[in-house]
Amino acid sequence: MSRRADGLRSPGASSLRRWFDAFGPLLALVLIILGFAAAHQIKAGLDERRFALERAAREGRSLEDVPGRWAFIRAQDNRLLTLRTFRSTANQTVSVGIAAVGMTMVIIGGGIDLSVGSVMALASVMTAWCLLQGWSPVPAALAGVLAGGACGLVNALMITRLKVVPFIATLGMWGIARGLAKGIAGEQKIDAPAGWLGRHVVVSQPQPAWLIVSPGVWTMLLLAVLAWAVLRYTALGRHIFAVGSNESAARLCGIRVERVKLILYAVAGLCTGLAGVMQFCRLNVGDPTTAMGSELDVIASVVIGGGSLAGGEGSVPGTLIGALIMAFLRVGCDHVGVPSWVQEMVIGAVIVLAVALDHLRRRASDA
Amino acid sequence: MAMPPEPRLTMSGIRKRFGATVALDGVDLQVAPGEVHALIGENGAGKSTLMKVLSGAVRPDAGRMLLDGAIHAPRSPQEARLRGIAMIYQELNLAGHLTVEENVCLGVEPTCAGILRRRAMRARVRSTLDRLGHAEIRPDVPVRRLGQGARQLVEIARALVTEARIIVMDEPTSSLGRDDAEALFALTRRLRDDGVSVVYISHFLEEVRQVADRFTVLRDGRTVGTGAVSDTPGTTMIEMMVGRRLDEVFPRLRREPGEPVLQLHGLCGLRMPRDADLSLRRGEILGLFGLVGAGRTELLRAVFGLDPVRAGRIRVAVGGHILEDAGLPPHCRIAQGVGMVSEDRKTEGLALPMSIADNITLSGLRRLTRRGLLSPRRQREVAVEWMRRLDIRSPDPARPVRHLSGGNQQKVAIARLLHQDAQVLLLDEPTRGIDVGAKIQIYRLMGELAAAGRAILFVSSYLPELIGVCDRIAVMSRGRLAGVRPVAGWDRPSIMAAAVGGTMP
Repeated sequence: MSRRADGLRSPGASSLRRWFDAFGPLLALVLIILGFAAAHQIKAGLDERRFALERAAREGRSLEDVPGRWAFIRAQDNRLLTLRTFRSTANQTVSVGIAAVGMTMVIIGGGIDLSVGSVMALASVMTAWCLLQGWSPVPAALAGVLAGGACGLVNALMITRLKVVPFIATLGMWGIARGLAKGIAGEQKIDAPAGWLGRHVVVSQPQPAWLIVSPGVWTMLLLAVLAWAVLRYTALGRHIFAVGSNESAARLCGIRVERVKLILYAVAGLCTGLAGVMQFCRLNVGDPTTAMGSELDVIASVVIGGGSLAGGEGSVPGTLIGALIMAFLRVGCDHVGVPSWVQEMVIGAVIVLAVALDHLRRRASDA
Repeated sequence: MAMPPEPRLTMSGIRKRFGATVALDGVDLQVAPGEVHALIGENGAGKSTLMKVLSGAVRPDAGRMLLDGAIHAPRSPQEARLRGIAMIYQELNLAGHLTVEENVCLGVEPTCAGILRRRAMRARVRSTLDRLGHAEIRPDVPVRRLGQGARQLVEIARALVTEARIIVMDEPTSSLGRDDAEALFALTRRLRDDGVSVVYISHFLEEVRQVADRFTVLRDGRTVGTGAVSDTPGTTMIEMMVGRRLDEVFPRLRREPGEPVLQLHGLCGLRMPRDADLSLRRGEILGLFGLVGAGRTELLRAVFGLDPVRAGRIRVAVGGHILEDAGLPPHCRIAQGVGMVSEDRKTEGLALPMSIADNITLSGLRRLTRRGLLSPRRQREVAVEWMRRLDIRSPDPARPVRHLSGGNQQKVAIARLLHQDAQVLLLDEPTRGIDVGAKIQIYRLMGELAAAGRAILFVSSYLPELIGVCDRIAVMSRGRLAGVRPVAGWDRPSIMAAAVGGTMP
């Protein structure tokens, strides 16, 4: 066959490329963290030196005695590269990260879910409301997760039975879930007795200490491993890829496409529900206006991690790294003192840059 | 060839209607074990519906199927697949992001409690590829990295992995180049010798002659003839398909090529073409032959301004103006009187959801406007006129183009060029995938246009039509023009030699 050689690319060249494919986002994350750490260190050092100079001038000492810039910069304790910062950043990522795991599967399957922000709010309100009714924490949290699952199931039915395209179906759910959340909460925040949900799950000092990061973060990682394994090692996982890659081919091969989609959206809904419960655990309040616009953070995480909105592509580890990149961009900008309007522009630019780079890389590897 | 006592497949009296249209009106088909059986007929003759009935995608209203003597009445494609009926579709149905092995096993993955058994999967795919004689295809490569020929092999491997007794190939060579097609023919014969029955659907009679043992012709949902390929002349098959006598497949009108209207001097595209010199004259049909990937499409795209021109000059002499340039965007070319029909009708050539009238007038809307306002009445009149002149069969110019048959769609695309008053027509594979009757109409139309003084650059991979229609034929090979001669100066071996070797024999 004329272009048979394509299938026979030498393994050496492609393994290097594969390494880059897999670790590109991770590399970006590390670079972002180190970049911000350096910027933070330099800024703190320069600030400190300015204080020293001012103090010296005030006290009438010779300015010659003040050490040079480097000495100050090196003497700073870096507050960005601390366990504390990592813990809090990871905690901030939990909700978006868990929802993004579900979104990764939906996007690989060629769909999209715009309702995650609203469903997260609904789940957190649901949990708070149940606690307020005197339920114990476990059933309350379960109720939150199931509320998310129910929304996912409704999304799935709208898409598979009513044949509404995912964008529109989940846009509908975006409004329905938000409204329902406000209704349950009576248009205000629910201050519920969070119990151990608030004390132990997403906290800055995990108990016991050997956990290192909070149980919420562990939940996110566990879920990610599970999703990764399902996608990679089960027939269902391959069917999800097949549906996203070429739906008609999948149907011709006897894959029950509708069933795959049903499972996809329902599972994504459960993930989103769990994300909402985590949101409640972090904030200890059931707020129907929480997670406004976070669907875009979630989608951006997936896309930064290598997902393609055309379907068939995406990776769970990539998505988690994407979520961490977004979180560290925010935290880093805060530490360096970048105003929030610049932060938003930076994040927007990073999303576009990530996708453009990914596109270039793919063109290079397919050529 | 004598029928063996027990046919592999017998379909008898199959009927199927969709609403008011009768798709199948009592079709009989008998396929022996270990034979390649060609199923031929014009588009809409019912070939695809018949195969959908066989593969369980459509249930017949009446009729009976026997598979190796047992009643065959599949309720789903999956059931048919498990009973040993495999389909290979015209447009390849592979998931590009999945690997070769995942595609081959799609839907029938070996699993243990839902977990994939990768090693078993790989072993199965390896042995299947071995059986196909293509052990060099790596099972762990994503399919989108493979060439068309290799993709076809993956499709066939997919059929074999379920122990197919009957493989249905629907226009399998439509996306393949010459050498890939040859390899496919060899493979088809090998499968036949292994005892697999192949139902081979094709428009190309040459191809049928090359691979098939017997054939069945369908017309208007009925079986009109069956027989051994070797005893039946091609014209008989064509006449069975079209249902009327053919005076001539390639009608020729007298025409006198005039002065050059399009000249290329050392034209270089991004990758292809390389250093192309060509001169197309008024009233001439110039054929452009080459293997898939030889750069013919790239040449047209560069001339029309769809792809950048890296070097060289293009000279257009239409309507008394002689203009020379180094590449212009498409709207300038259209203004100069150059028009192009893309080979990819569905995604590039036409706006499928839009109406026939919109498609015909799309690139010449200015002529239908008065003070900036479009007149729908004028547009309709113009469309009706072109539909009459080109024999585009549709009750209504407001119908979306997507409802038309391939041949009528192609005529709409050509009508667009004529409406924009193109004098130089660049036609890229205008007869691909359309039925014989429509092809003959397109040939006749091209002849008429050339006789009326228009110039046509006709790209095709089908040699007989080039030889039948063109005044001169240019051959491209690896981005270079390997030779331009009058048709009489070429014969098949010399054209193929030029296309393959890039040298003049």
